[in-house]
Amino acid sequence: MLSAVIFLPLAAAAGVLLLPRLGGRAATRVWIAAAAADLLLVAVMWVRYEGGIGYETRMRWIPSVGAGYHVGVDGMSLPLIAMTALLFLVCAIYSLRETPRARAYAALFLSLQTVCLGLFAALDLLLFFVFFDLSIVGMYFVIAGWGHGDRLRSALKFFLYTFLGSLALLLGFIGLYLGSDPRTFDMVDLTHAPPFGDAPGTAGLVLLAVGVGLAVKTPTVPFHTWLPPAHTDAPAAGSAVLAGVLLKMGTYGFARIAMPMLPGAWQRHAWVFVVAGVAGVLYGALVALAQNDLKRLIAYTSVNHMGYVVLALGAAGLVAGDARARELAVSGAVTQMVSHGLVTGALFLLTGVLWDRARSYGLGGFGGIAATAPIFTGLTAVAAFASLGLPGLSGFIAEFQIFAGVIGIGTPGAVVAGALSVTGVLITAALLLRMLHRAYLGRPGELTPRVTDVRPEELAAVAPLLLLSLIIGIAPRWLLDMIEPASAAVVSLVGR
Amino acid sequence: MNDDPLALLPELFMLGGAVLGLLTGMFLPRHRQPIVAWICGLALTGGLAAGAFAAARPGGTAFESYVLDPLTHVTRATVMLATLLVVVLASGWARGRRRETEAYVLLLLSALGAVILAGTGDLLVFVAAYLLASIPAYALTGFAKDAPGTEAALKYYLMGAFLGVPMLAGVTLLYGLTGSTTYAALGERLAGVPGAAVACALVALLAGVLFKIGGVPAHFWVPDVAEGAPAAVAAFVTTVPKVGAFVALFRMAGEFFAASAADWRLLLALIATATMTLGNLAAFFQDNVRRLLAYSTISQAGYLLLPVVAAGRGDLAAPALLFYLGAYAVTNVGAFAVVVATGRDSLGGYTGLARRSPGLAASLAVCLFGFIGTPPTAVFVGKLLAFAAAWDAGQAWLAVVAAANTVASVFYYLRWIVPVFRPGDPGNPGNPGNLERPGDPEGSGDPGRPHRAAGPGDPGRPGGSAAGGVSRGAAWVAHVAAAASVLLGVASGLVLARGW
Repeated sequence: MLSAVIFLPLAAAAGVLLLPRLGGRAATRVWIAAAAADLLLVAVMWVRYEGGIGYETRMRWIPSVGAGYHVGVDGMSLPLIAMTALLFLVCAIYSLRETPRARAYAALFLSLQTVCLGLFAALDLLLFFVFFDLSIVGMYFVIAGWGHGDRLRSALKFFLYTFLGSLALLLGFIGLYLGSDPRTFDMVDLTHAPPFGDAPGTAGLVLLAVGVGLAVKTPTVPFHTWLPPAHTDAPAAGSAVLAGVLLKMGTYGFARIAMPMLPGAWQRHAWVFVVAGVAGVLYGALVALAQNDLKRLIAYTSVNHMGYVVLALGAAGLVAGDARARELAVSGAVTQMVSHGLVTGALFLLTGVLWDRARSYGLGGFGGIAATAPIFTGLTAVAAFASLGLPGLSGFIAEFQIFAGVIGIGTPGAVVAGALSVTGVLITAALLLRMLHRAYLGRPGELTPRVTDVRPEELAAVAPLLLLSLIIGIAPRWLLDMIEPASAAVVSLVGR
Repeated sequence: MNDDPLALLPELFMLGGAVLGLLTGMFLPRHRQPIVAWICGLALTGGLAAGAFAAARPGGTAFESYVLDPLTHVTRATVMLATLLVVVLASGWARGRRRETEAYVLLLLSALGAVILAGTGDLLVFVAAYLLASIPAYALTGFAKDAPGTEAALKYYLMGAFLGVPMLAGVTLLYGLTGSTTYAALGERLAGVPGAAVACALVALLAGVLFKIGGVPAHFWVPDVAEGAPAAVAAFVTTVPKVGAFVALFRMAGEFFAASAADWRLLLALIATATMTLGNLAAFFQDNVRRLLAYSTISQAGYLLLPVVAAGRGDLAAPALLFYLGAYAVTNVGAFAVVVATGRDSLGGYTGLARRSPGLAASLAVCLFGFIGTPPTAVFVGKLLAFAAAWDAGQAWLAVVAAANTVASVFYYLRWIVPVFRPGDPGNPGNPGNLERPGDPEGSGDPGRPHRAAGPGDPGRPGGSAAGGVSRGAAWVAHVAAAASVLLGVASGLVLARGW
């Protein structure tokens, strides 16, 4: 069943490309239908999930190097898979409006969906890497083919930078493979018997390679410089997928691969990740505060939000502290991944609406949009509040757990790190309110008259994301019940 | 001892095909000459079948100088399949030419030389195979009798002769030092020989091998031949002889380099580093796709040296080399097939290819992304195994260097891929991409790169079909090669499971 979920979009992509004389709108409809069917299957999977590794498939692929087609879901990957399926569906709905070369666009996004779902389901390092690498190629074509502005340059920068990360990751994976006994790429086996137990130096180097690879993707300061141009020049749906799904690949990799497979090294170098996380939180927020380009602003809030996740995962390696608090931090990190996917996806789609109307992202050109486009303003306000962590929305649930967990660990360093990152919330609140102030309230700007209110398909795309964020914010138990066993498992694995 | 001629059946098929083709061609009128292509194709197919049959039987040594092991079996299969593709590729170009028959026969003979290079376990046979693989290739390079071809052939020939002499000196020196030319005997006796003399002999021997694989510093012929020779021939000489020479080098390294006191691993690792780095840097701003591909083959040769450095250490080196060679062969032939099919040599000529012939554009993208090492193409698995083999042999730094080089290589492969998917008519160099297209509300100005004049390939040059047109057979080869690259990658488990 899981394999069907993964490869259904790819089959639909092949159909879209191969069916002769399929019009652009029809292609988008096929895309919506496939994405909806996929989301439905994921929902069924969620309901029938019974703990542990569910829906596992294990087949031989390259047995001579111990690599297999091994997929399965657990409480950490299933929420991300569900978020991915939802985000791709809303991107499909959003793209119902006129898109150039709609067939190729639909096929590209459908293949990208297979890649993203496959990555979160992969339980084999090589399989994980295959999807990791293909996500770069897919997103490259999205930016280069359908972006705007200096898109070729941004796409090239994105490709080169993240490809550098992926090769570092590959080297790390080869290291894990060569260190394991018997040699294998299987994540479950590697987690059971972590390699390099008696070689801390090598383990540190392998963690460095894996860490750099994932940090580029996340992106963690100082490896984030590819992100703003890639986001700014990507089409709205591309930005939503890039921020919502592709960035999670990095943090998910930390929790799925680096922490359980290199527990000793993670414990020894946990401070590096804590510091990188805090730096990401503060730097991302401060730089976002200085932006006048709406899309760059949201891109930098992504750096800030991913900083919380890295901070929480790093803090989970501080084994001197309270185990319950560390579990709380990891739960918060996973919740934040889901919440950020929903909220930032919505924010990027909403900026896409602005670009569609006014061909600009400059905050200076707008003002008083609330008067001309009330629904649009309302949606943006909800998304912004969710992003800054207002109680009642999903961002609060995530960030509260992270802060409570990190500070609850109790060591002086963790308390300082937690306290510093709380100030990040203040800055984020300031910058998002400033954005609302300048663009949506006050006097009308020169571009404001062009901004008409959201169209039905745009509303249908953004509303489900915000609604889900609201549901998670008010009644998070169903989600946390899924995540908590998995985060407890990660914490006990990293504590070995 | 095994003196059964049937052990060499695949090689005999190739030789028989060449001889029979030549004889038939002498008596055929010109318009019937394509029959020779069929004869050569059938000979290669027969050779493949015989090779598959031989691979299932127990190995050993035939005639005291020819080793029947997985290295030989895989080389036979790779070389014959690649040559088969090149014969199809060449048939469009050679048709109606005055010496059509000779083209196919020379291809087959050179391929035979490549197989023997890989299979032999004796330095004297190695030298003979070196000449057999080289001389037909010189002739093929200058086959069109035009200025660039002649220049390329001369350069190729002079380099080959110049580097062949030290190789012969190295062989002589090794014989003088040990009293034998077989790899096995060298392996036993080299340990007791003064290190400096062995080092000299090995370096001299390497000169010839590096010429064949196109490694630094013996790489100068590659770009000129790739640009000057007919495109189908360029596909051949940058693929097939390399396969044979790499396996030969691997065999030598494992059998007698390893026994010597010389630090050959470090030397080869440095050569690998230089080869991949120089190939990549030189490829950066090439505007001629054939030269770009040539430098890309040089950098690939650098990666291919990784498993050779690891020869004799760990059990990953041999599968890594053989798989990577197979992957490289299909990918390289596929990329050159696209060049033959479009008949365009300048990067600008590929603008808008995705619109004109989507299949060809997809094949090109698969091959170029394959060269980068994007999964699930075959080169990805090859690179993975090669990196792992180098690391396993204690040369982790070399794997890091190769990974860094791979990132650098992305740049020039993308330089080719980007125009392919850009809309625009290559007929009007001023137009493409920069104008607002109807139905494109996003506005597609891309100030990123200036557009080069995008004329169709060089008109007077053979090897290209009519401007704008697409050669059918070549396009077919490109599709097959691209599909094979993906299939080989996805089904790598099945391939690797055989023999290891």
